[in-house]
Amino acid sequence: MEKLIDFAYIVSSILFIFGIKMLGKAETARKGNLLSAVGMLLAMVATLFYKEVVDYKMILAGVAIGAVIGWIWAVRVQMTGMPELVALFNGFGGLASVLVGWAEFEFGKSTDPVTQTAIYLAILIGGVTFTGSFIAYLKLAGKMSGRPTLFPAQKAVNAILFLALLVLGVLYVMNGSAWALYAIIALSLALGVLGVLPIGGGDMPVIIAFLNSFSGLAGAAAGFVILNKVLIVAGCLVGTSGIILTIIMCKAMNRTFGNVLFGGFGAAGGATGKAVEGEMKGVSVEDAFYALEAAQNVVFVPGYGMAVAQAQHAVKELGALLEKNGAEVRFAIHPVAGRMPGHMNVLLAEADVPYEQLCEMDAVNATMGQVDVAIVIGANDVVNPAAGDDPSSPIYGMPIINVHEARTVFALKRGKGSGFSGLENALFFRENCRMIYGDAKETITGLVAQFKG
Amino acid sequence: METLILLLFVFVLAAFLGFELIQKVPSQLHTPLMSGSNAISGITVVGAIIACGVAEGEFGKWLGFASIILATINVVGGYLVTDRMLGMFKKKGK
Repeated sequence: MEKLIDFAYIVSSILFIFGIKMLGKAETARKGNLLSAVGMLLAMVATLFYKEVVDYKMILAGVAIGAVIGWIWAVRVQMTGMPELVALFNGFGGLASVLVGWAEFEFGKSTDPVTQTAIYLAILIGGVTFTGSFIAYLKLAGKMSGRPTLFPAQKAVNAILFLALLVLGVLYVMNGSAWALYAIIALSLALGVLGVLPIGGGDMPVIIAFLNSFSGLAGAAAGFVILNKVLIVAGCLVGTSGIILTIIMCKAMNRTFGNVLFGGFGAAGGATGKAVEGEMKGVSVEDAFYALEAAQNVVFVPGYGMAVAQAQHAVKELGALLEKNGAEVRFAIHPVAGRMPGHMNVLLAEADVPYEQLCEMDAVNATMGQVDVAIVIGANDVVNPAAGDDPSSPIYGMPIINVHEARTVFALKRGKGSGFSGLENALFFRENCRMIYGDAKETITGLVAQFKG
Repeated sequence: METLILLLFVFVLAAFLGFELIQKVPSQLHTPLMSGSNAISGITVVGAIIACGVAEGEFGKWLGFASIILATINVVGGYLVTDRMLGMFKKKGK
């Protein structure tokens, strides 16, 4: 029987590999997701045939409860609520790994140092994933301030926590003592909380990708606990592909991962770059309409503000009207715009914006000189020209969408405050930039009404 | 010990495979890729099933039970949400 189970696991692993690969291409992504779901089902069913597994009632009850909860959440979530839901699911995966490691300890069969090391890693990585994801969930859902939470001696506290976890790990692996294990569980959970607290909302794409990777590694560690190959393969695939995504996100911000983790970026009191001179000039919706009506080439640059205002449907409508009016319409999407990797794409897809209009940063930047009007909707740091020309700016070197090279820029903004990074945006003071204050959705709807009227 | 070496071998190969698999993903697909692979990380459910399915071991069994629920939420929710998102992407082809 064991041989057959192993064989099923091999098939599952192949399905996971193809699934992930196909998720990377637009045409095959949906099929890839289905393939990996089949692989998961196969692995779960095969596991039921282990001779140690005898109590089916409880297993089925657990699967049923989990499936119903997961199904309800997945079906009911609004696309704007996607980042926090992904974070929450991710946290549950981490906690599941903690519990698997803990359960193995309670069974008491595993007393060799290797298994105990694996239990330690499953609990440590899983615990950090769980509470870290949960804090990310609270920040993304707006149940907690998205600003970095800093307190005195934060780094020292985290360092001590980390050292304590190392010492406890050595103690536990050598002696297998219960109190050390319980302390490890508690401190891992604490480390997840304290590790994510100082990370601000704008850095969330990086941290979500990273925690996603971590939940995979926790699964792989759990695989070493129970010597299960499919856990190791699947967990490791997720772990490493998540790291790739994390690196992509860091590059898009021109920051190192260490800087994201420990920088406390966006907290008050940091470097602010050169003071910006000049003044911001507002424009009315009517005047903006006249400029748009004459425009041949329009680029929308969406940011987190569009998600907050839920303006994606209105934006889509405006885009369609502009196109009917004879203009070329594109959406320039910065890799870290929003709160999770690909956030803006999901929202615009929900609003049914044509796929061909969604452009990557570099493609748009190459033709920015020909753009008549660039409309910035609730984006800030990703269009700040200081990233290109002010070496004293904290975001200097970050790749941005060069809207300042367009003939006219309309920046939709709720108020005069600064963005996530706490920086004044030099773009807003440029000669070719006009501000349209107010709720983004109302502004766009106003423009749509002008076109129709 | 031999099992450990074998498992480490599997781990290292899977790691290299993971790095190679998604080198060039268009940014449009970053979210589905993340939530889809997030669902795969719910594979811990296999370990949870083994822990919960044992005959005796009261407390450990209940930990396994809780773990099954959590991991299944991760698996079912993750796959469904990814499918929903990709369904929206697909509409654009028309």
